[in-house]
Amino acid sequence: MVQPLTNRAKQVDAKPLSFLERLYIPSILRGMAITFRHMFQKKATVQYPEEKRPFSPVFRGLHVLNRDEEGRERCTACGLCAVACPAEAITMEAAERQKGEEHLYREEKYAAKYEINMLRCIFCGLCEEACPKDAIYLSETFAPANFTRKGFIYGKPDLLIPDPVGEPEAYAQAQGPNEGRQPSSARTS
Amino acid sequence: MAEEVKMLKVTIDNIPVEVPQGSTILQAARLIGGDVAPPAMCYYSKLKGSGGKCRTCLVEVSKGSTADPRPMPKLVASCRTGVMDGMEVKNITSDRVLDARNGVVEFLLINHPLDCPICDQAGECHLQDLSYVHGKEGTRYEFHRRTFDKHDLGPYIQLHMTRCILCYRCVQTAEQVTDGRAHGVLGRGDHAEIATYIEKALDNDFIGNVIDVCPVGALTDRTFRFKNRVWFTKPVDAHRDCPTCKGRVTLWQRGEEVLRVTARKDQWGEVEDWICNTCRFEKKKASDWIVEGPSKVDRHSVISQGHYVGLQRPTEIFSAVHDGRSPKLLMDIHSISEVNRPEVALSAIPGPATSATFDTDKKS
Repeated sequence: MVQPLTNRAKQVDAKPLSFLERLYIPSILRGMAITFRHMFQKKATVQYPEEKRPFSPVFRGLHVLNRDEEGRERCTACGLCAVACPAEAITMEAAERQKGEEHLYREEKYAAKYEINMLRCIFCGLCEEACPKDAIYLSETFAPANFTRKGFIYGKPDLLIPDPVGEPEAYAQAQGPNEGRQPSSARTS
Repeated sequence: MAEEVKMLKVTIDNIPVEVPQGSTILQAARLIGGDVAPPAMCYYSKLKGSGGKCRTCLVEVSKGSTADPRPMPKLVASCRTGVMDGMEVKNITSDRVLDARNGVVEFLLINHPLDCPICDQAGECHLQDLSYVHGKEGTRYEFHRRTFDKHDLGPYIQLHMTRCILCYRCVQTAEQVTDGRAHGVLGRGDHAEIATYIEKALDNDFIGNVIDVCPVGALTDRTFRFKNRVWFTKPVDAHRDCPTCKGRVTLWQRGEEVLRVTARKDQWGEVEDWICNTCRFEKKKASDWIVEGPSKVDRHSVISQGHYVGLQRPTEIFSAVHDGRSPKLLMDIHSISEVNRPEVALSAIPGPATSATFDTDKKS
């Protein structure tokens, strides 16, 4: 015989119902009591757009491309995120920094194009782990829904965080209320 | 009558091997192969007089020979020490050797900038491989690293002196492969650097081979500079009818585009045939080459990632079961993606791509 998992198992019998049972009223009252009891218990859901659940500190959402404190892009297009990506969602193209671009890019080489295909991304965070330059982070933002697939190919304009020197307001806004955390969102919209 | 070459018995890491007289310990170890062969950063079997500079191939000789069984007092550089009959050598079985090698790697990395994310050699760099095996996680060096003024070695070869480990391979290549060497090591000690003294372009027909022999990223191909990472390109063996060299090369392709041409390398990372500059720098079209097939890449190398060997694609059954209709594409990635645009021919640009490379095609 199969071992019962709980002790709440009840024997089912097919005896004809008694008069009291045929009235159904005690059963209905018992059921209603359960319903009413739940009305005063803590709700499992939240009123989403107004109220948001706190993220866990290891939450992995949309990617951002980081800048350093001088506002230069940190990414050097080393390709380690792309090679670490199990979904092959990341592609990039590198270019050499020219004279006069030193305030834009931190290193000699930079990613002229950087794309993440959010349709492929599985938000595993391996790109973040692989990055030797602290350039890519997974933020605390969900990928927004879209009607077409085209909107899910995120390029550098979508991913880069606002420049902390050039556009401090946008940077502060993007940082959000969680101070002292990693940049929480690049998408200021 | 030609004298018969005497064969000597050597035991390396308890594995016996017979080598002709005059061989070095390193050559004997390479005959055995595998982990027994000591790493070599400066020794190059195709270059005369190479070796003895980097000290990564240190081994312990626990028995000198049958005639004189005393062990050698110090670790010896295996690329420069000849074998004796009955010699017993310890490489990876000796803790002294491994400890010394860790120290050598630490010294080699003292002035190394560790700019692998930028360096084009990353992925096929011998120093990178060596430090993964023997290197420490952190550095104990607290002082300023050596820096150098930038020298330009002509339109094709980029010199990053900060990455150089002074192995002298490129000097010997220029000396022995080309007719007339224009560069060398200037200065002594900490000031030693590879340079041409007066800013001079290296323009010999075979000077491109210094790129292949360089064990680090000090000498890199300017026509490939920053074009792509090595492990995203696909190596294929190819040849062409070249009047100056044998023309047997490896093409590093992205799609049909030839991003880089190098000589074919053997299992020790040494070139099989020297190739000329025309093959290396100027033949960047797939139509210039007769492709033989994909190159053999060690499966532990990052270059082998995503390159499937013996792949059998399943037959496409969609159209067969849907009355000949092809599947409906919901999105063509190439219509949206800005990466790998067909109008940006990276292989056609002589130098590295710049912001202008990608800007101009946005307008068109």
